[in-house]
Amino acid sequence: MPGRSSGWPSEWGGPVSSEQLNGLYQQLILDHSKSPHGRVTLEHPTASSHQLNPTCGDEITLSIQVDAGTIAHVGWEGHGCTISQSSASLLSSLVEGREVDDTRLLLEEFRTALRSRGAIELDEERFGDAIALNGVSRYVARVKCAMLAWVALEHALADTGDNSSPRGGS
Amino acid sequence: MNTGAPETALTEAEVTAIRADFPILTTRVNGHPLVYLDSAATSQKPRMVLDAERDFTENRNSAVHRGAHTLAAEATEEFEAARATVARFVGVDADEIVWTSNATEGLNLVAYALSNATFAVDDRLRLSPGDEIVVTEQEHHANLVPWQQLALRTGATLRFIPVDDKGALRIDLLDEVITERARVVAFTHVSNVLGVINPVGEIVARAKQVGAITVLDACQSAPHLPLALRALDVDFAVFSGHKLLAPTGIGVLYGRSAVLNALPPFITGGSMITTVTMESAEFLPPPQRFEAGTQRVSQGIALAAALDYLGAIGMGRVAAHGRQVSHRLLDGLATIEGVRVLGAAGDRIGLASFDVAGIHAHDVGQFLDDRGIAVRVGHHCAQPLHRRLGLTATTRASGSIYTTDAEIDLFLQAVADARSFFGVAQ
Repeated sequence: MPGRSSGWPSEWGGPVSSEQLNGLYQQLILDHSKSPHGRVTLEHPTASSHQLNPTCGDEITLSIQVDAGTIAHVGWEGHGCTISQSSASLLSSLVEGREVDDTRLLLEEFRTALRSRGAIELDEERFGDAIALNGVSRYVARVKCAMLAWVALEHALADTGDNSSPRGGS
Repeated sequence: MNTGAPETALTEAEVTAIRADFPILTTRVNGHPLVYLDSAATSQKPRMVLDAERDFTENRNSAVHRGAHTLAAEATEEFEAARATVARFVGVDADEIVWTSNATEGLNLVAYALSNATFAVDDRLRLSPGDEIVVTEQEHHANLVPWQQLALRTGATLRFIPVDDKGALRIDLLDEVITERARVVAFTHVSNVLGVINPVGEIVARAKQVGAITVLDACQSAPHLPLALRALDVDFAVFSGHKLLAPTGIGVLYGRSAVLNALPPFITGGSMITTVTMESAEFLPPPQRFEAGTQRVSQGIALAAALDYLGAIGMGRVAAHGRQVSHRLLDGLATIEGVRVLGAAGDRIGLASFDVAGIHAHDVGQFLDDRGIAVRVGHHCAQPLHRRLGLTATTRASGSIYTTDAEIDLFLQAVADARSFFGVAQ
């Protein structure tokens, strides 16, 4: 191909990316994907869950340490796309220190919003930085990527045997 | 096949004319003209193929191989003419062509018929502990899992021809892997991940030496290369219609007459029998023995129309176009930093799977989709090969006769721009 230099200077006529794509890959998402939070191994996890997305091979193992009905620590490891990795990171920051009961509600709210095809937005007061994941709900094929860590947390919580916690974690 | 001078690739004008036959190619995706580079997953279909299916359904639709009315006779004749077209296309006899739903069903048909042959009289087809089934590390799950299951059912051992770091088959290990104990050798003509054409002759020669049955996965070769199955000397071969400009739901199993005749049925029922009593049934000879139940008539007729369409272009020229697509893809990707293309250079179809350092394949695919460029991302149903090459997912661009140079350039530009977008370019 004559006249092509190795750097591929953009000969593309249009904008680099659409507004909708920029909504999916917000700077916060790209940052979390590059420098993730909670990517640690817990020494004494109460429960953990491994989740795999068989269509793309994304994987996550997420562990929690529950103390007296509260998620004291979250740690995860895994690999996958920008969305699945940043979602795990945002989730860790969001639920560490949160009561198990409220976390369960949060999980449901998150699932409902992500499956709404853009109709329902995440509440900033509830979700903080994780509202950056709002754009995902417009991309049906990517909802599973964003859900991966949240599903892992859901399974881990179910494994704690701590259903509604007034007596604290076991 | 060396049939003299290499044939010329399609001209720009010819590709333009071909594109006009494919209605979907005028579609816009996310505000951009569709750039369809996912033909290895499923090809687009020309109007002639869609028309053939509709014309049959509107004017001659009827059950085949039964009934004495005029439409039934016409439908049967057209359905069998379609079988003959398929046979001519791959250089075999019509009664060696079995209709299936797709290649996966064809492979399962052979695998299940072989385990049914545990009760058959023909020793050559009976598998038992100590016997070996050989596949390769390149296989699509469709040409791996059925053999794993056959091994489980019969007690046979599954072995595989490994690949090297580039993904190429270790042909130097053929004698070691395919031993006197091998009964079946199943392998792909062209890997759907690598796009590299495998040395069929060498594998078949070794398999014949030890008396093993050969099964060829021709899914990625049938649409892109002249395919002479008699000359390749395999016992079985499969391919899918939907990758070959035809509709979904129709596929082909070729079986060498002698082997096919010895094979017991897989699915049983109506249309595959001669005499049925309350206690037992006698079966028809192939191919009907393997075609129980109502067949995919309009789809088979559409597949024949697709083969006629390709035949009019000439498979030699189709292959030459594929080589050109391959070169432009490979040359272009080689200039983009951080891009690792899977598979060795050399004889390939117009397909390239690659990894972009620092960007997950899903994100590459999403960025490309934003510009209307359709590619496949993931493991492409070949997890073992990806694992062997140290990857979980790649991006795959695959062309067809309707793929233009300009489309490949848009794709290459988008891959380069994705690196800036995701912050992995300097």
